[in-house]
Amino acid sequence: MKFNENLYRKEKHWKEGEFDVYRNMQWTGPGCHEGCGVLFYVKDGKVDHIEGDPNDEFSRGRLCMRCLNMVDEAINNPTRLGHPLKRVGKRGENKWEQISWDEAYDMIEEHVRAAWDEIGPEAIVALEGTGRNVVWQIPLLEYSAFKSPNFGCGFLSGDSCYLPRCSASVGVMGGPAVVDCGQYDPRRYDNPEYKFPEVILQWGCNAVKTNADGFLGHWLVDCMKEGGSKLINVDPRVTWMGSRAEYNIQPRPGTDAAVAMAMINVVIEEDLYDHDFVENWCYGFDALRDEMKDKTPEWAAEIAWVDAEDIRGAARLYASGKPSAFHWGLSTDMTPNGVGQAHAFMVLEGITGNVDVPGGNYLATGPYGVDALYGCGYNYFISPELQEKRIGVEKYPMHKYGAAACAVGDEILLQLETEQPYQIKVMYLAGTNPIVNMAAEAPRVYKAMLNCPFIVVADMWMTPTATACADLVLPVAMSCERDSFREWWTPSRAITKITQYEEAKSDEEILVDLSLRLNGDNVPWHDVESLLNWVLAKDNAPRTWTELKDMMYEYNFQGYRRYESGKLRPDGQPGFNTMTGKLELQSCLLGALGYHDLPYFEEPPESPVSAPELYKEYPLVLTTGKRHWEFFHSEHRNMPTMREFRPEPTFDINPVDAEKYGIEDGQWVWIENQRGRCRQIAHLVPTMKEGTICADHGWSFPETEEAAPNLQGIWDVNINNLTTQCVVGETGYGAPYRCLLCKIYPVTEENSKVTPTQVVAQMIADAE
Amino acid sequence: MSANGLFINYEFCTGCHSCEVACKKEHKLPKGQFGMHVLQDGPRQMLDGKWEFTYIPYPSHQCDLCTERTAEGRLPTCVHHCQAGVMEYGPLEELVKYAEKYPKSMIYSL
Repeated sequence: MKFNENLYRKEKHWKEGEFDVYRNMQWTGPGCHEGCGVLFYVKDGKVDHIEGDPNDEFSRGRLCMRCLNMVDEAINNPTRLGHPLKRVGKRGENKWEQISWDEAYDMIEEHVRAAWDEIGPEAIVALEGTGRNVVWQIPLLEYSAFKSPNFGCGFLSGDSCYLPRCSASVGVMGGPAVVDCGQYDPRRYDNPEYKFPEVILQWGCNAVKTNADGFLGHWLVDCMKEGGSKLINVDPRVTWMGSRAEYNIQPRPGTDAAVAMAMINVVIEEDLYDHDFVENWCYGFDALRDEMKDKTPEWAAEIAWVDAEDIRGAARLYASGKPSAFHWGLSTDMTPNGVGQAHAFMVLEGITGNVDVPGGNYLATGPYGVDALYGCGYNYFISPELQEKRIGVEKYPMHKYGAAACAVGDEILLQLETEQPYQIKVMYLAGTNPIVNMAAEAPRVYKAMLNCPFIVVADMWMTPTATACADLVLPVAMSCERDSFREWWTPSRAITKITQYEEAKSDEEILVDLSLRLNGDNVPWHDVESLLNWVLAKDNAPRTWTELKDMMYEYNFQGYRRYESGKLRPDGQPGFNTMTGKLELQSCLLGALGYHDLPYFEEPPESPVSAPELYKEYPLVLTTGKRHWEFFHSEHRNMPTMREFRPEPTFDINPVDAEKYGIEDGQWVWIENQRGRCRQIAHLVPTMKEGTICADHGWSFPETEEAAPNLQGIWDVNINNLTTQCVVGETGYGAPYRCLLCKIYPVTEENSKVTPTQVVAQMIADAE
Repeated sequence: MSANGLFINYEFCTGCHSCEVACKKEHKLPKGQFGMHVLQDGPRQMLDGKWEFTYIPYPSHQCDLCTERTAEGRLPTCVHHCQAGVMEYGPLEELVKYAEKYPKSMIYSL
């Protein structure tokens, strides 16, 4: 039975009994990377309930448990921040005084102007978290209001999320290519040109849970169910997807590049590659062939602790698909070898002729082609002289030429610690909760942040990071309380404000207010609508936001094989948007910058092979950041229904390893290495690769004491007590979040006398 | 016309809990209470080396097939929101057609 078209209508708003029904797009917060179509049922100015919008072609009515739970436990949750708060106790004491927005802006203005006068705008750093509806907003705030080039990603070492992949893709094929599940055209699977992938290769990712990077993971299930797509899964775990796969390859974390290179070797040596595409549209095949000649499956199997025949079989199956689709995840970025690994993946897509074809990997842009990412407004507001002051780009020039205008987070950390060449005077954090979530070596980052004299946190909740470090906390609006838009892949989607919560403001409103206050003579907008219109118009979008708002969303499908039609290059010539106009199997850009210009493998810096002495003491490979349905990174721990389903942090361990270390299912266990330890609950599961454990990240217990040292209980369970900063790939991209070493032992009273919470508290006390 | 029931293609249920939470919200079920409930088998390795890892969404005793919603002409909320699109609602005799198309599936009569 299909949904009822009289009840689920295509207009933007209608009345239904006592409710106003609004079709809208949900993208933060609390959030994820998607932007699913939702129906908000509003009564008396408040959202009463929510449903998936079956007329939305992106998500087609489906919703995940987090959105379904959002009304009572997020939008209308009275523990939300509703007013600006000024710190009145010491940092960490959690004592606040409610102030007005004007007073809050006065505080910011005072500190920003002092920083400008004393050092210059570069002494102001703005940071944000991952891809919800704070993408272009915080960079543009940094550039237009604070006039500083130093926007960065919340102390994520090596910018280890998407930027390594995207920057590598710029140097290989002119941008990232995303699995085509028909999402670029509103007809989706009914587009007559569309073909389901015959084979899907999923690598280092559990798409149905992660929904990463604007890709709805269940689209892969659509392909399997409706299109009969066969699956190859490469992951240290056999996930649910893996249980449906023809091949499961379980590499030792951090060795994936070796496996991918061996697959390239098989595809070339067994002559399974697409000769026509390679000859006409690829650059550097001979160099690639030479380099991969000795990268045999046996070579990779020994490195990665896998079966050479599985590599061979997977390579043959992938090459046999017409088309095959390759979905790769965050693990690609979370190793210093990330760019080399990403390069190998793109080569596989390229030599098999699966780029920009129906059901393959489609070179993704937003329909309007506007820069609504980290570079938004960068060249407009930041002079060339000031651009030279972007932290870390001299050391890592790839950041200058890569996909995004980001200061190097590891270098911001060093600067906070050393106060050289100058002290960072102001930090503005929005939608990021670094010491709970993405900051490697979190205790070190906590200590370093305290060196910054003035910190503003803009968020929906009083996060542990806000409690620990902020001097001023700003209440931020959720998705249904914002006018905004999204152009992260397709379609272009408007977000429309429907309700208001207390005094919360959207990041866009804060951006307008602060930029008018601090740089009023130079900003080309005067309110949110004119701001949104400017962001689209600056890159010649064919629509204004005002128009898009009424249309709700717009597709602009450019067809397949755009390397033939000339639609990939700004000059309109056939080919790819690279230096040679070809898909560069051997990358001229990477080569010109002095980096590996062909796919390469390097052992992780702390691995059984590269650090054998360390491995004796820490005999398990540690991978982190296991995703769950219930949470988006550090969010959702304060929502009872999500905690009903997942109350505690867990790590996956093979029962063979558990027996070796005397660990039982459900037991609290210390996970430790030379940098620190945390405790999580053992989840014994036979699908976890032996010799490897996989830990949770992002945990807090909002039901416990908020003030320091407890800070919602973050330190005792924080896997980032074990991770490392400033150990990055040659390009500055990629850090070993997912390929470290550790040991484990059951928690006892005896070995728990000094907790990580106490260790961190002592470290902070010593610093003071 | 026969009575209405639920068809579930469990081969492609990913265990995402959307049906359970949709149901809890629709029926205002407190902690520990479920209408639609997802049961799990595995992961366990089978004799051929492959993995059994299967979720079975099951309408437990508190499932009323969303009487209020269906009276208004809506689908049961679990069917509406299922992320994997593995659930169908309708007359039992029509659900058999889905079972013919999708192996490893079941029909619930309530």
